[in-house]
Amino acid sequence: MSDAPAVQPALQQALASPLQQALASPLQQALACVRVSPEDFDLGAEVAALRAGDAQVGAVVSFVGTVREWSPDPAAVMTLEHYPGMTERSLAELIVRARQRFDVRGVRIVHRVGPLAVTDQIVLVAVTSAHRHEAFHCAEFLMDWLKTQAPFWKREEAQGEARWVASRDSDADAAARWHAPGGQP
Amino acid sequence: MPLTIRYFAAIRERLGAQETVSLADTPARTVGDLHAWLLTRSPQHAEALDPDRGLRTACNQALCDADQALAEGDEIAFFPPVTGG
Repeated sequence: MSDAPAVQPALQQALASPLQQALASPLQQALACVRVSPEDFDLGAEVAALRAGDAQVGAVVSFVGTVREWSPDPAAVMTLEHYPGMTERSLAELIVRARQRFDVRGVRIVHRVGPLAVTDQIVLVAVTSAHRHEAFHCAEFLMDWLKTQAPFWKREEAQGEARWVASRDSDADAAARWHAPGGQP
Repeated sequence: MPLTIRYFAAIRERLGAQETVSLADTPARTVGDLHAWLLTRSPQHAEALDPDRGLRTACNQALCDADQALAEGDEIAFFPPVTGG
């Protein structure tokens, strides 16, 4: 029917969206919950977007990691390097595993890259669920595994000297707590 | 298509962001072989890729072990333990 009025693009998009979501693989869906960027983020706005329109949400847990002062130099800079492509994929895989493990509604991970100053925000993990324990545990699981699996590296520069931050055994221990019998996170 | 070898963080600072090598020009058949071969290429390689620094490896953007088999066109990455979050 060539003379039928064209479906408005916005309506078309709205109709297509749930179908596309249903057809998308879990990994593709998870990729949409991940953002890696130099830009700062607004915790309130991110959480509002995550909760929007979901009447089954009874709990929201969010974690924000920030740059802690490590030098008296007021011009101290922490630079986050990453592996573009692999970073997003590894975070999405973590979300897929978290969804298999915890009964959660929405998940969001935002991680900044590039130069950051003391007190700047670095990372956000936000989770919604029906009840609080699932959201608490899921957020902690995601952060523990992000810290040992996602390809980010911190470089600290202060008082004219630069050094790469060393990984910590305590982070590996925290992630290992979650090990399933099969060895997967 | 050659292998693309990518380096990150402290290793990138020493060796540059990436190099390419044809699998046919190396005896390497696994990521572990490739690492051993790279160590012989220059003193800079030997220093940067010292396994005592806690080296991690990825094949086509997924973490892998030393026994990961190589194929032409693969993207192999070497990097230190991660420190994000």
